[in-house]
Amino acid sequence: MAVAAEGSRRRRIGTIAADPRLRSFLLQLALLLLVVWLGWAFFDNARQNLANQKIATGFGFLSETAGFGVSQSLIPFAESSTYGRAFVVGLLNTLLVSGLGVVFATILGFAVGIARMSSNVLLARLAGAYVETLRNLPLLFQILFWYLAVLGTLPSPRASEPVLGSIYFTSRGILMPRLVLESGSAFVFAALALAIVAIVLLWQRTGRGGGVAATLIKGLASLALIVILPAIAFVAAGAPISLDLPELKGFNFVGGLRVNPEFLALLFALSTYTASFIAEIVRAGFLAVPRGQTEAAASLGLRRASTLRLIIAPQAMRLIVPPLTSQYLNLTKNSSLAAAIGYPDFFYVFAGTTLNQTGQAIEIIAVTMAVYLAISLVTSLLMNWYNRAVALKGA
Amino acid sequence: MNGAGRSYVRAAFAPVEPPPPAHGNAMSRFAASLFATPLNFAMTALSVGMILLIVPPFLDFMIFDATWHGTSRADCLPNAGACWPFIKAKFGQFVYGFYPIDERWRPNLAFALGAALLTPLLIPSAPFKWLNSVLFFGVYPVVAFVLLTGGNLDLRNFFLGRFIDWQAAAGFGLAAGLRWTFWVDFFASAFVLTTLVLAGTMLLGASLRTAFVSCVTLFASLGALLLAVDLDFGLRSVETHAWGGFLVTMVVAMTGIVVSLPLGILLALGRRSELPVVRFLSIVFIEFWRGVPVITVLFFATYMLPLFLPSGVSFDTLLRALIGVALFSAAYMAEVVRGGLQSIPRGQYEAASALGLGYWRTMSTVILPQALALVVPGIVNNFIGLFKDTTLVLIVAIFDLLGQLRASFSDPNWATPVTLYTGFAFAGIVYFVCCFAMSRYALFVERRVNVAGRR
Repeated sequence: MAVAAEGSRRRRIGTIAADPRLRSFLLQLALLLLVVWLGWAFFDNARQNLANQKIATGFGFLSETAGFGVSQSLIPFAESSTYGRAFVVGLLNTLLVSGLGVVFATILGFAVGIARMSSNVLLARLAGAYVETLRNLPLLFQILFWYLAVLGTLPSPRASEPVLGSIYFTSRGILMPRLVLESGSAFVFAALALAIVAIVLLWQRTGRGGGVAATLIKGLASLALIVILPAIAFVAAGAPISLDLPELKGFNFVGGLRVNPEFLALLFALSTYTASFIAEIVRAGFLAVPRGQTEAAASLGLRRASTLRLIIAPQAMRLIVPPLTSQYLNLTKNSSLAAAIGYPDFFYVFAGTTLNQTGQAIEIIAVTMAVYLAISLVTSLLMNWYNRAVALKGA
Repeated sequence: MNGAGRSYVRAAFAPVEPPPPAHGNAMSRFAASLFATPLNFAMTALSVGMILLIVPPFLDFMIFDATWHGTSRADCLPNAGACWPFIKAKFGQFVYGFYPIDERWRPNLAFALGAALLTPLLIPSAPFKWLNSVLFFGVYPVVAFVLLTGGNLDLRNFFLGRFIDWQAAAGFGLAAGLRWTFWVDFFASAFVLTTLVLAGTMLLGASLRTAFVSCVTLFASLGALLLAVDLDFGLRSVETHAWGGFLVTMVVAMTGIVVSLPLGILLALGRRSELPVVRFLSIVFIEFWRGVPVITVLFFATYMLPLFLPSGVSFDTLLRALIGVALFSAAYMAEVVRGGLQSIPRGQYEAASALGLGYWRTMSTVILPQALALVVPGIVNNFIGLFKDTTLVLIVAIFDLLGQLRASFSDPNWATPVTLYTGFAFAGIVYFVCCFAMSRYALFVERRVNVAGRR
């Protein structure tokens, strides 16, 4: 009897391990406890360490005076500005370089990707060589190459010769004429916008056809609209827009618009590097559209260009958009490599200089990560929305 | 059968017709592709122009105008081409950083061992894959660690040592670099912990034998590892801040691959797990590290992590960077492995389940071998990315190949107009050759996998 009783008890206890639900519950509970304990240990250690090293906590530093200057800023920034403003300056610079980088990388990437599929062997091979070279070199290497070996070896401001009148390529950056907008310039831009709207309407309303003569007349009318309307506004508003030309004074230039070499190096490297990945995505997307589609379009009598525009491209885009999104995200994240050459992007200004000065590593790195996560999230939301728009309806 | 009665069936082969003109020989097709239409002609002209713009100056710089022999900058000044003596003079620094010259055989041996273990692992038909993987992922990192640092870590406390002061009880004792108090602590701890686990197992009613074997295996391998790093092999200790150049590049890349593969597999399994807590934690971990720039991960590991650890625990800079690399490379690897797991048909899981295999046995003997074979190209491509990302450590002041290169530019002894370009040309070739070779290998495996899949 005793043996039987013990046997049943063992089976009862044994069911704890044998019952999958209970077992998985215990496992997860243990894991959760471990994570909570780890988190608490981190928190506790951090509190002690910060107290020992007398590092301030919290986000009060954001309203303190930064005391450093930045070489490029879209909004006014001085040494007396706060860390909070430096944060905004850096963020804007990151968005600027990523935004422009995305545009250039897309254009270049599509051009190279399409060139790779060209029936022209030479062009296809050349595009292939571009992709293989750029993809197989580290991005940081390329940034440093552009910065040190290309832009860094341009002539000094005094030795530089003007190109196209008053554009100077110097080791301190590229100088070009700057548009000076005075009050009233809004009228000119409004006139320009009006002209564009009028042209779009003109072409939409009159429709296609009408022969060469009609097209020619419409073209001339458009040209007249886009030139004359802003010109009238320009004169009427009393010439509110003027050019500020760069001038050499002493060792450096004054006036004009100066584009920093750091910015240019980063933009070049990011665009050309990402373009090599986009080219491959584009090629894969176009090659994935079955040949039958081209043949069907040809048998319907569509021309090659129309086939590409109406049949192939829309189908290819469905395959291209998702990986393209991740390339845009990569470009944005990679813009943080600005730190290596001192372009005042968000990472350099905030996780670099601000961290150095305040020493509040936890807050600053957490915020930096959160900002990049937020940018990633917003980009992927936008691209998902676009992806839904181009995806198969009802599928 | 009586085909002769049907007049419309040909009795003999039709004569072979000449190919249409558009499909002539290779030469004429080639010519047609280049000059068929005005647009094509313009494209050809553009391409030829670009090639002329790039290739001759490149060759001139690299070969024809280059300086090949010499010992100082004076030899390079007269020539417009690359200054190869600069690379020759700096080669040691580019490869080893400031690793002591007499000790350079150690990194060399580590490189050679790594190559000897990695090559058969990469050849699909080479035998002993399992043993080879264990050697490469388990034994090699320890050997390389001892070789490069010199080992002899002087371990003091294991686990119980936190609660019992063995040293006060027994005084110091040091033999062959081993502190016997540590080893008493280790064995005592192993015994106590194994007993605890066995008690827990008994309480839950699970298999005692499995638990015992797992504990013994775990502590035996841990002991072997600790013994290897604790023993005094008579190697001079080399601090990691003396390391540099290609050595650091390889150390970072190797750590990334060795840590990320097992961790990435676990995370990928976790992400596809049926346990909600495990799945949630895996997703958070993966998406977090993938969503932030790599350099913030390095900053996290360098500046933030030390604050999270108990005061007094401090790591060296390289180790911190390695932790950062391990974190993000595991997250990236997890996504690659997940792709493989998703492509395994449900029937495989069901078949394994029907055979009575448990979760771990299903995964390790049925699912993972198939999934991993499928994702080898993805793993290699991931590794190319990791290899390129190793350059980022220069931002946290660790001098890898690119860092050494940049530092070498400021050497006044080699200040010439071409030093900059020469350095970039050299490093560019090194990076390109490594990455290009890996990408070709990935392509090769991909074709193999595709062929095997079609069979």
